[in-house]
Amino acid sequence: MTTTDTIENFDTKAYLDMELLRFSTAGSVDDGKSTLIGRLLYDSKSIFQDQYDAIEAASQKRGEEYVNLALLTDGLRAEREQGITIDVAYRYFSTPKRKFIIGDTPGHIQYTRNMVTGASTANLAIILVDARKGIIEQTYRHSYIASLLQIPHIIVCINKMDLVDWDEKTFNRIVQEYRGFASKLDVKDVHFIPISALEGDNVVKRSKNMDWYNGPTLLYLLENIHVGSDLNHIDARFPVQYVIRPMKNEYHDYRGYAGRIAGGVFRVGDKVKALPSGFTSKIKSITTMDGDLQEAFAPQSVTILLEDEIDISRGDMIVRENNVPKIEQEFDVMLCWMNEKKMIAKGKYILRHTTKECKCIVKEIKYKLDINTLQRIENGPELGLNDIARVSIRTTVPLFFDSYRKNRNTGSIILVDEMTNETVAAGMIV
Amino acid sequence: MDYHLNHLKELESESIFILREVAAQFENPCLLFSGGKDSITVLYLALKAFYPASVPFTLLHVDTGHNFQEALDYRDELVKKFGLRLHVASVQEAIDKGMVREEKGFNASRNALQTVSLLDAIEKNKFDCAIGGARRDEEKARAKERFFSHRDEFGQWDPKNQRPELWNLFNGRKHVGEHFRVFPISNWTEMDVWQYIYQEKIPMPNLYFSHTRKVFQRDGVWYADSEYMQKKPDEVIEERVVRFRTVGDITCTGAVFSEAATVEDIIQEVAASRTTERGTRSDDKRSEAAMEDRKKAGYF
Repeated sequence: MTTTDTIENFDTKAYLDMELLRFSTAGSVDDGKSTLIGRLLYDSKSIFQDQYDAIEAASQKRGEEYVNLALLTDGLRAEREQGITIDVAYRYFSTPKRKFIIGDTPGHIQYTRNMVTGASTANLAIILVDARKGIIEQTYRHSYIASLLQIPHIIVCINKMDLVDWDEKTFNRIVQEYRGFASKLDVKDVHFIPISALEGDNVVKRSKNMDWYNGPTLLYLLENIHVGSDLNHIDARFPVQYVIRPMKNEYHDYRGYAGRIAGGVFRVGDKVKALPSGFTSKIKSITTMDGDLQEAFAPQSVTILLEDEIDISRGDMIVRENNVPKIEQEFDVMLCWMNEKKMIAKGKYILRHTTKECKCIVKEIKYKLDINTLQRIENGPELGLNDIARVSIRTTVPLFFDSYRKNRNTGSIILVDEMTNETVAAGMIV
Repeated sequence: MDYHLNHLKELESESIFILREVAAQFENPCLLFSGGKDSITVLYLALKAFYPASVPFTLLHVDTGHNFQEALDYRDELVKKFGLRLHVASVQEAIDKGMVREEKGFNASRNALQTVSLLDAIEKNKFDCAIGGARRDEEKARAKERFFSHRDEFGQWDPKNQRPELWNLFNGRKHVGEHFRVFPISNWTEMDVWQYIYQEKIPMPNLYFSHTRKVFQRDGVWYADSEYMQKKPDEVIEERVVRFRTVGDITCTGAVFSEAATVEDIIQEVAASRTTERGTRSDDKRSEAAMEDRKKAGYF
């Protein structure tokens, strides 16, 4: 039931023009990640009264002193019982400026696979550091995964500042140490904020306890960080997802290629090439149910019609004639193994890349990576759950791809076990 | 030129991608249709995804027999307008055949029985995928759902052993007899759905708008008076101005007092609301893990 606590004149027009920001959070056990998310939701008024009442009652039942905001994010019974987060959970909140999707990933060592999963769709990563403990192994691991997954922006939140007397020197020391480590990583945009998730300092509201900090609050940064140029708008890539052939008289010769643009911009009249056939044509129209478009860009879902009748089906790719991706059957991948069953040496797997599926063989493990030290382990004999390694893969048919660094959509693959049908690995093409 | 989509367009594009992926990866998918705003939105997105071709999914309505007449009328009109195929899985039939036993007493609900009819319909019609309108923001167990959610041959969900889901790469591979549930609007919130309905001018069943109705109160929830609910002696039927925030089985869907007569009014109301929409659903209140338990057994 609604209360009388109304917001006057909620601005519908402004809401329709909000931007979407997907971010992931990673932290270690007990460094306050769930509390931080709870704080963001609570202070931005995204928690409903019935939800709050439920966690308040649950906190009291557990004999806790304060309302445990962490209970908001633990959705499964086993998680509540054990007080840990097992699986990626997605949370939603919005402010008048942006809508946010949080991929909340657990920080235990055994859950690297979840961190990779949460990071795969994120534009931004929040990495939490406990001010008392400083940078620890898990901080390295989270940061490395963020860089491996090419998350464009990282915010390092130095949390529990209340427990170090809001000390500026502690903050600066951690920042220095992190910068030294981050210089070895492939990260472009890093920010540091001293916070107390428990008390709310510098999360949504400015801290009164840390006059020495002049930077933005976490929410301000989340609302204003520039994400417009995160997608590749240069290299036009259109993986064909589905061929639309209406069985209706008025659309007798209609052949529409449906898909989501994976990179770049397509315009009516563009000279395009279909892969793997290599046939060329021109874009006749770009269609949606809301009307035809003159141009379309990533990540729009559209239907493309060509001037000429050429044979194109699911798994093929439409690109610009003068800008084609790599077309190869052998390539190197940074592979994250995600299954309890170890990788089989020279094993055969099903590979999924954009809308294409084929068989592949993992030819060789070039090196395994110790993600806590970033050291390469040569001659690593096998890959197990949560291992990351550089491997070379051979596919049964050529793939059309870009490096993951250039395009996250056309540079990513998953491997599927033929027997169990489980997704066993995620890979980024080098 | 600044190439960026606003959040509704981006969500729309993601959902269309998922729906096309279903059509490409499965042989006989169905779309679970309840007549509620979420399944209406999914259907509308499906119309967009395959335009100008027809929607390549059968609509599956799991009918508890305890419906709001308005929802049924709306469903039938939609089926006619867009030339859709409809399959109704009847809970009443399952009861008559002795497949399930009806709950007794004042709080009797056919909610849990729906699972049996749903799984039965999936098996008999050989549906290998059921598309649903569930959203992750609705409920804490649903926050853990994948877009492509695997179900074993008993229709069960194993939340602790889900396949990882990365980028836009969806793995719908399965063994014979297993199926998938796919949730194209996982990333939408209640507000997003209403904003989208407003933006796209999607007609909605009257139940969502303010109207006068005979209702009675039980455990703090206002229910529509109907022949399907047994009243206790002290429960008084009153005429109130109400609307429904969710539309489900009549026996477990609560009404809210509301003057909201248009979609814009509803948006204002949702913006101001301090309770979740499922706060009016008694089916979720049976225990802290009520949804998780039902989902594991094969519920939507």
